[in-house]
Amino acid sequence: MTPIQSVLPSITPVLPEIVLSVGALLLVLWGAWRGERSAESTNLGALGLLIFTFFLVVSQTGTVTTLNGAFIADPFARVMKALILIGSAATILLSRDYFQRERIDRFEYPILIVLCTIGMMVMASANDLISLYLGLELQSLAAYVIAAFHRDDVKSTEAGLKYFVLGALSSGMLLYGSSLVYGFTGTVSFPGIVTALNGPASFGLVLGIVFVAAGVAFKLAAVPFHMWTPDVYEGSPTPVTAFFASAPKMAAMAMTVRVFIGAFPDVTAVWQQIIVFVSIASMALGSFAAIGQRNLKRLMAYSSIGNVGYALIGLAAGSEEGIRGVVIYMIVYLAMTLGAFAVLLSLRRKDKMFETIDDLSGLSRTHPWLAFSLAAMMFSLAGIPPLAGFFAKFYVFAAAIKADLVALAVIGVVTSVVGAFYYLRLVKVMYFDEPQAPYERIPPGSAIVLAASSVVVVLFFLIPAPLVAAAGNAAKSLF
Amino acid sequence: MFGLGILSGLLIVPLAGAAFILTLGEETEAVKRNARWAALITTVVTFLLSLAAWARYDIASPSFQLVESHAWLAENIRFKLGVDGFSMPLILLTTFLMPFCIGASWLSVENRVKEYFVAFLVLETTMIGVFCALDLVLFYLFFEAGLIPMFLIIGIWGGKRRIYASFKFFLYTLLGSVLMLLAIMAMYWEAGTTDIPTLLAHRFPVGMQWWLWLAFFASFAVKMPMWPVHTWLPDAHVEAPTAGSVILAGILLKMGGYGFIRISLPMLPDASAQFAPLVFALSVIAIIFTSLTAMMQTDIKKLIAYSSVAHMGFVTLGLFTLNEQGIQGALFLMISHGIVSGALFLCVGVVYDRMHTREIAAYGGLVKRMPLYAAAMMVFTMANVGLPGTSGFVGEFLAMMGAFKANPTVAFFSVFGIILSAGYALWLYARVIYGKLEKPNLQGILDLDLREKIIIAPLVALTIWYGVHPAPVLDTFAPSTEALMQNMRTALANTQNAEAAAKAAKLAAAEKTAPETSQKIEAAAR
Repeated sequence: MTPIQSVLPSITPVLPEIVLSVGALLLVLWGAWRGERSAESTNLGALGLLIFTFFLVVSQTGTVTTLNGAFIADPFARVMKALILIGSAATILLSRDYFQRERIDRFEYPILIVLCTIGMMVMASANDLISLYLGLELQSLAAYVIAAFHRDDVKSTEAGLKYFVLGALSSGMLLYGSSLVYGFTGTVSFPGIVTALNGPASFGLVLGIVFVAAGVAFKLAAVPFHMWTPDVYEGSPTPVTAFFASAPKMAAMAMTVRVFIGAFPDVTAVWQQIIVFVSIASMALGSFAAIGQRNLKRLMAYSSIGNVGYALIGLAAGSEEGIRGVVIYMIVYLAMTLGAFAVLLSLRRKDKMFETIDDLSGLSRTHPWLAFSLAAMMFSLAGIPPLAGFFAKFYVFAAAIKADLVALAVIGVVTSVVGAFYYLRLVKVMYFDEPQAPYERIPPGSAIVLAASSVVVVLFFLIPAPLVAAAGNAAKSLF
Repeated sequence: MFGLGILSGLLIVPLAGAAFILTLGEETEAVKRNARWAALITTVVTFLLSLAAWARYDIASPSFQLVESHAWLAENIRFKLGVDGFSMPLILLTTFLMPFCIGASWLSVENRVKEYFVAFLVLETTMIGVFCALDLVLFYLFFEAGLIPMFLIIGIWGGKRRIYASFKFFLYTLLGSVLMLLAIMAMYWEAGTTDIPTLLAHRFPVGMQWWLWLAFFASFAVKMPMWPVHTWLPDAHVEAPTAGSVILAGILLKMGGYGFIRISLPMLPDASAQFAPLVFALSVIAIIFTSLTAMMQTDIKKLIAYSSVAHMGFVTLGLFTLNEQGIQGALFLMISHGIVSGALFLCVGVVYDRMHTREIAAYGGLVKRMPLYAAAMMVFTMANVGLPGTSGFVGEFLAMMGAFKANPTVAFFSVFGIILSAGYALWLYARVIYGKLEKPNLQGILDLDLREKIIIAPLVALTIWYGVHPAPVLDTFAPSTEALMQNMRTALANTQNAEAAAKAAKLAAAEKTAPETSQKIEAAAR
C-alpha cells in the first residue's frame, strides 16, 4: 500500500478517534453546563459514544496509512481497537452502581475513560515513535487521574500517585530509548526504521531497543517492571482496577507488537531474548507470588502479570502464528478479566464491599450462577479445556513449539499448573466451604458484563472459527 | 439429525439432561426426586443410544466407523468423531456403568443433589468424548475437561480429606497432561494435522518419536496410574463418593490405557519398542509393590484402589508386549476391571451407606446377616483374583501369555502379582464377610434391598458371562488389534531396514577410505 499523497491527509482512517475526541469534548461541555446532576447522562453518552465508535471501527476495511505515515489503520489495529472499546464500555457498565454507592459519582469519570480510550486507540494504530508516545501519554494521564478518583480515600490517592511517579519514569525510559533509536537510524517511522536497519544492529541501537523494551514492559506490567501493579490494583476503586486490567492491557500489547514486529522485524535476535526472559519471569512470578495473596484484587494483579507472560510467548515466537496467538490470548483474557471483576463487584452487603478470598466462601450455595460464572473464569484462567483460556494458551504454545522455543513452552505449561493451584483455590472456597450470609442482588451493569463474558468463555469451544479467523487476519496484516 | 451423527448424540444427550436438571428450581424434596429420575433416564437413554450405535457398528472391519466431521478450530483441526474396535467397547462400558452410578447415589447423596447429577452427566459426556474423538486436540479437550466435574465430585461430596484429595487429583493429572499438549502441537507442525486417522499413517522421525513418546507417557502414566506416579489414586478413591470411585476405577483409569493403544503404540512404534523395557519394569514393580501395599491396608476402599494399580500394571504390561495376545489381554482386562472394580466399589458403598465406615476392622461376619451380599461380593472378589470362570481370568491370562512370549523373566515376576492378589482379596473377604458377627452395631444390618439388587445383579451376571464366554469382547478388539500389529511390524521393519542400509552405507564408505589409509601407513612405514 502506498501512503495517500495529498495536501491534506485523509481523515477517514482516523474517523473513530476523531468521533471519540469530538464526543468527549461535547460531553465535557455538557457536564460543565449541567454540573453534578449530569453524571447519569454523561455515563450514558460515553457508553453510546464507545459503542458507536466500536461499530465504526468494525465497519472499516483494508490497510491505510495516513497523517504522513504516522497513523496506520490495518486489521491488527482494528481488532485491538475493538477490544479496547469493549473493555472501556464494559468498565462504564461496571462502574455505575459502584460509583453511586461510594458517592463519587462525577461526570468527569466517563469522560476520562473516553479520553483514555482515544489514547489507547492511537497506540494501537501508531506507525511511528512520536504518535506512539502521544497515544501512550494521553492514555497514561487519564489513567493516573482515574486511579486516584476516590480522592478522599487514602489508598486510592496513594495508588494514583504511585502510578503517576512510576508511570512517568517508564515513559521517560521509553522516550529515551526512542531517541536512541532515532539517533542511530535517523528516522522515527517504523517502516523507515526497518529500511534503515540493514546489517547487524549497532550497540547504541541495541541500547535503544532495551530502553524501549523496559518502557513497554512497564506498561504491560511484565516482570521485572511489575512492582506497581499489586498496589495500584488494590488501591484504585474496583471498577477502575477492572479497567486497568482490561483495556490498557490490550493497548499495551498492541503497542508492544507494533514496536517489535513493525519496527524491528529484522533484528529479532536482539529483542527475542529480552521477550523470552520477560515472559518466563512474568509467568513464574504471576503463578508463585499469587499463592500467598488473600485479597482478590491483588490476586487478579498477579494473575494479570502471569497472563501477560503467556501472551508474550506468542510475541517471542516472532512469527505470524505467534501474533495470532497473542491476539487470541488478548481476546480471551479480556473476557475472563471482565467476568472476574464483574463477580468481584457483586460482593456487596449494605454499604460494604468484600474483596478477600474468604468472602467467596460458599458462594455456590447463596448465588449459584455467580459462583458458576466465576468458577468458569477460574478454570479458564487455569487453561483447562473446554473453556476459552485453554484455546488462548493453545495458540501461543503452538507458536512457541513451531519456533523451536520448546524450553519456553515447557516452563510455560509447568507454571500454568502452579497457577492452576490458586485458581482452583477460589473454586474450592466457593464450592467446598460453608456458605455465609448472602450478598445483595448483582447490579444490572455487572450482570450484563458477566453474562456476556461467561458466554464467550464457556461457549468459545463450540464456534471458535470467527474469532480465530479475525485474529489470523490481524496477524497477517503485520507480516 | 441436524447434520449430526449418532456419536454427537451420545455427547449431547447427557449435556441436555444436565441442562434440564439445572433448570429445576430451589432444592426441595420434589426437585431432588425429579433430578434423580432425570439423571437416571438420561443415562439409560444414553446407554440405549450407544447400543444403537453398536448395532450399526461392523465388528469385522478394522477401520473407523460412524465417522462424522465438523468444522472447528481450523481446516486441519476438526471436530471429528468415530469409533473402532478399541473405542467401541469402552464407550459401551461407560454408558453401561453410568446408570449404576446414578442408582448407587440415589439415597447416599442428600445435599446439593442437582449439582451432583449435573456433574456426573457432564463427566459422562467428557468420557464418551475421549473415546470417540478422532482429532488429537479434541481428544485432549475431553481428556482434560473431565477433571473439572471429577474435581467437584470429590471436593463437594467426598469424605474428610476431600479437599486435599481433589487438589492432588487435579494437579497431578494436569501436570502430566500439559506435556502431552506440547507433544500434540509438535505433531501438528510435523504432520500438518491433528486428524488421528491421518496421523496413524504418518511416520514420525525416530529421533522425534522419542520425545513425543515421553511426553505422552507423562500424561498416560499418571492417568493409568503407573508406579511411581500412582499416589493420587488411593487418596482420590478413598475420599470420593461411591459413584465417583466407580467412575474413577471403571472409566477414568482406562483413558490412560486407551491413550497408549490409540496414540503411543500406533503413532510412535519405534519409540514404543524402545521404551517397552521401561514399561515392563514399571509394570512389574507396580504389580508386586502395590499388591504388597494393598495387603497392609486397613481401609476397604484403599485396598481396592491399590489393587486397581496392580491390575493396571497388567494392562501396561500386556500393551507393551507388542504381540496380539498381550494387547488383546490388556484390552480385555480393561473392560473386565471396569466392571469388577466398579462392582467392588458399589459393594463397599452398600455397607458404607449402612455403617458409615470403611475400616476393615469395623466389619466381620456379615455373611450371617447379609447372605446375598456375601455371595455377590464373593463373585467380584474371585474376579479380582482372576479365578478361571470369571472375567478377570481371561484378561490376566492373555496378558501374561503375551508377556511370556515377549520376555519370560517379566512374565515370571508378574505371576507373583496373581498370587499376592489372591492374598489380599481373600484376606479382605475373610475379614469382612466371615468370622463371628461380634460387633454390636452390625447385629441389625440389613441385606441388599431391591434397589441394590437391581444394581448388583447385572454386574454379577456380566462378570461370569464374560469369564465363560469372552468371545464377543475379544472379537470386537481383534480386527483393530490385527491392523495395529500389521502396522507396527511394517514400521519397525522399515526402521530396521533403514538402519541396516545406513550401516551398510557407512561400511562401504569406510571400505573406500580404508585402502588409502593402509597405503599411507605402508608409506609411512617405509
